[in-house]
Amino acid sequence: MSINRVLVYCLLGCAALLYLMPLVVMVITSLKDLDEIRSGTLLSMPQALNFDAWDKAWGSACTGVSCEGLKGYFWNSVLIVVPAVVISTVIGALNGYVLTKWKFRGSNLFFGMLLIGTMIPFQVILLPMARMLGFLGLAGTTSGLIMVHIIYGLAFTTLFFRNYYISIPSELVNAARIDGAGFWLIFVRIILPLSVPILVVSVIWQFTQIWNDFLFGVVYSSGDAQPITVALNNLVNTSTGVKEYNVDMAAAIIAALPTLFVYVVAGKYFVKGLTAGAVKG
Amino acid sequence: MNKSSAPRQSLGELLPKLVVAPTFVVAVIFIYGFMLMNAWLSFSSSRMLPKYDWAGLIQYEKLFANDRWWIAAENLFIFGFLFIVICLLLGLFMAIFLDQKIRAEGAIRTIYLYPMALSFIVTGTAWKWILNPELGIQRLVREMGFESFTFDWLVNTDMAIYTVVIAGVWQSSGFVMALCLAGLRGVDDNIIKAARVDGASMPLIYRKIIIPGLRPVFFSAFIILTHIAIKSFDLIIALTGGGPGFATDVPATFMYTFSFTRGQIGLGSAASMMMLMAVIAIIVPYLYSELREKNNEH
Repeated sequence: MSINRVLVYCLLGCAALLYLMPLVVMVITSLKDLDEIRSGTLLSMPQALNFDAWDKAWGSACTGVSCEGLKGYFWNSVLIVVPAVVISTVIGALNGYVLTKWKFRGSNLFFGMLLIGTMIPFQVILLPMARMLGFLGLAGTTSGLIMVHIIYGLAFTTLFFRNYYISIPSELVNAARIDGAGFWLIFVRIILPLSVPILVVSVIWQFTQIWNDFLFGVVYSSGDAQPITVALNNLVNTSTGVKEYNVDMAAAIIAALPTLFVYVVAGKYFVKGLTAGAVKG
Repeated sequence: MNKSSAPRQSLGELLPKLVVAPTFVVAVIFIYGFMLMNAWLSFSSSRMLPKYDWAGLIQYEKLFANDRWWIAAENLFIFGFLFIVICLLLGLFMAIFLDQKIRAEGAIRTIYLYPMALSFIVTGTAWKWILNPELGIQRLVREMGFESFTFDWLVNTDMAIYTVVIAGVWQSSGFVMALCLAGLRGVDDNIIKAARVDGASMPLIYRKIIIPGLRPVFFSAFIILTHIAIKSFDLIIALTGGGPGFATDVPATFMYTFSFTRGQIGLGSAASMMMLMAVIAIIVPYLYSELREKNNEH
């Protein structure tokens, strides 16, 4: 191996260690007790495997006024994510199908209009949306959050499916139409079976976006209806008594586990989703 | 569609339009309608409750007279500039090194990219602990023998914004790496071989051929990173809470504070309109060049 190659491996290895360091620190800290934290350093190993901090983060840590840990908020997030991901992906797939295989006058304009929805900073819709949710009686509820996530996810899911379906030859669809197949039959029999990769991309993208969302969560939910990111932030900033760094870290890992799991299992698709908008499709 | 043509269209022809109709309505109301409502709020005298009256430019005058707004704008500029430049450079170099037929490339790539799967709240929480002025990196380095080492950026008014840069770069640079790597894999091997035959060295080939060829990738990455920077909210809330004082406020946290905790809805909406303007100023030239390129292809 040449000296250059050794150098390249060293650099890559060092960078990898740096990127891993925060995760390692989080895990180590979550396994120590407070005395060990105060007497040791970030990287000193815990003396024994101690899951007390995890127990507390999950079941009894204070997140503002209530002290029931993250578990309730974790399930809130699950209850928000599942319907929001399913509905926004289904509608996105249908939109993409229409926008590529059943074009009508103005369909490109419609797509352009939606595309802008992927680019606006959500701050410009925060205040009117708050009013709308109040008007619909959904303020502070998980249903309200589900609605918000579906609405502002549609632009992304439509973009994914539209860019994917555009590469499916229209001859396939036209032939089926000549044979008398209708809109739904073509979608179910021809398009859907070809859609698995982009379905995975869309589901993973929406899942990570919604699970990791904080802005909508902090503005539109309150009390028991908050998602996990908001609860985590409250937990870390609850300033009663001693600062329990080990519980903070355990809580942060709990909040991160679902998306990390998805990333490790389906990383390839995760990257595709990230780059779908960026690299021309 | 007008009534006279409706009966002539069969259900089959209408169906595709019916399918996209809900999304159309939603986009018109919840994207465009809301943007207009928000613009109106920014011209109103709204405080605790939204009022739809006309007060001219009062909110913008208040905004521009507000020191905290200018600190937020300056912070966004500092953070955005450093965040984007460092992410692009790191991403490019990691991608080039990874592209040298490295063993375990997949594993290394996975490690560089995993922070992108995390919520900014998680990232902020983790770095808040690592950068803790007593027990964090400072303690670690002191224990290694450097007794006088100080690293208190997190609580230092002048330096706190740089901690946001550190955490932001950690989270997003792997993404630029992935983009650049995809770009590098798309470079035609024959061009490189031809250049080698002509006696060009590898660094020269990178400088003159490969990196210039990545321009579209940089462009996309730049747009996405700018977008992340302008919207950045969660990371600052979790890492510094906008503090110390409001030393690390950015427009997004400013807008949130004034709209939702200080009862200054008009001022908050004016701030959000400024954020929209910033995004438009960057996106429009991008879309324009994209469209021009597409037209040239035909």
